[in-house]
Amino acid sequence: MKLQGLNSRGNVEKVMKDVKSQASKNAAPRKPGGLNAEIQSRIGHQLRAMYDDVVRQGVPDRFTDLIRKLDGPAAQSHVENGGGSTDQNDGRE
Amino acid sequence: MPLTDSLRDDILAAVPSLRAFAISLSGNSDRADDLVQETLLRALANIDSFQPGSNLPAWLFTILRNLFRSDYRKRRREVEDAEGNYAKTLKTHPSQGAHLEFEEFRAALEKLPQDQREALILVGASGFSYEDAAAICGCAVGTIKSRVNRARSKLAALLYVEGAEDFGPDETVRAVIGGSGG
Repeated sequence: MKLQGLNSRGNVEKVMKDVKSQASKNAAPRKPGGLNAEIQSRIGHQLRAMYDDVVRQGVPDRFTDLIRKLDGPAAQSHVENGGGSTDQNDGRE
Repeated sequence: MPLTDSLRDDILAAVPSLRAFAISLSGNSDRADDLVQETLLRALANIDSFQPGSNLPAWLFTILRNLFRSDYRKRRREVEDAEGNYAKTLKTHPSQGAHLEFEEFRAALEKLPQDQREALILVGASGFSYEDAAAICGCAVGTIKSRVNRARSKLAALLYVEGAEDFGPDETVRAVIGGSGG
């Protein structure tokens, strides 16, 4: 019984898939000037160009400093011992 | 897990893409950096809840996205005004070549519904799998897929469909934009 149940569900899913793929095949030509591969790749290209432009800027000092200041209890006692300004001497840039 | 040196380095290593994500979401680099800062503070405050071995960038992106969304609700009106004015400025200065096209793309991206924009960026630019993107956005994988598809269709409609005859002459310009460094 269990097997049968699984089988018939599998069949239903397969049929649904076929129906869906038929439907999308039918729907595709209806879109005038639909997403062709060239437009798709152009969008992907621009999206990554925009994104990577920022990624290439690296990590601004603001964030390196922030992480260093908040770097656990050890770092905090280090800051206390050395005073606020020694904290910046750690950055050798 | 405790904040080890290597975990701290991994967090810092994720900062460039967190910034890129934040700028794509907010369209404003100052606000984006504030978002990244809040994200880092929150991540460090909750570092104990990070599961070692799980996807650190995805964890950080989830925090940033949640912060952006709660912030966005507060600021919605202000932001919409700014976008409206921005879009108008763009329309009054046609044909200034590559830079304009870049700005047009950015403006078109900002016109997408937030759900679609973030899905497209996570999958199309940040390089997350559909599964990771779904986890970050707290929705089903199928939902992410359909958001990405709708986002692409809408961008195509905004940017390319009317100007289909513009395709030809700009190939070199586009190639240059794509390869342009920082």
